[in-house]
Amino acid sequence: MNGLNIYLLLIAVATLLSMYRVFRGPTTVDRLVAVDIMTTITTGLMVLFALYYRRAIFLDVALVYAILAFVGVIAFARYMEGGL
Amino acid sequence: MSVASMIGQALVLFGTFFYVLSSLGLIRMPDVYNRMQTATKSATLGSLGVIIGTGIWAIGEVESMSWLPKTVVIAVFLLLTNPISAHTLIRAAYNKGIPLWEGSVVDKYKDARESLDRVEEIKELLQSNAQEEGER
Repeated sequence: MNGLNIYLLLIAVATLLSMYRVFRGPTTVDRLVAVDIMTTITTGLMVLFALYYRRAIFLDVALVYAILAFVGVIAFARYMEGGL
Repeated sequence: MSVASMIGQALVLFGTFFYVLSSLGLIRMPDVYNRMQTATKSATLGSLGVIIGTGIWAIGEVESMSWLPKTVVIAVFLLLTNPISAHTLIRAAYNKGIPLWEGSVVDKYKDARESLDRVEEIKELLQSNAQEEGER
């Protein structure tokens, strides 16, 4: 399982780079776009963690996290638009 | 190392590479529309690679076939919902009035709205003409 560490390192680099946009972004929608990308990356990270601990039950956590992140981003976008 | 492990690791490496590319586009691009476009596309492709690759890797590593259907379900869900959330976010940004980058040359949403307004004007004109005909 040595190869898994390299992939986790690459995912950490990607998350840090998008954190830069969260802190820097000039408008609120910029930050929200970066958070949306981070939730997508985190879903992949959770699936990799399921393989790291060898428990198939952690895949369900990733699925529920994907659903909740989708609903959250939709709710925030409607709120920004003024439709909520 | 079995063949399934190798194929899975190759897919996971492909996916994480696209994750890094998407966050690089998030930093590099000039305005919110360009950022959303580069980041969403490559992050969706990257998560397809990571998630399905993990399912194939588990066949060789954990020696269980039950991982692959679950990971395919997660990947299909992400493939369906990522464009929807991106579209909703960008429409919110446009309606909020965030300007386009000065180098952008085409704004099809604005053109479509203007042509819809013109269609409404022509409809009203036709209706008033028909009323005048009826009065005569």
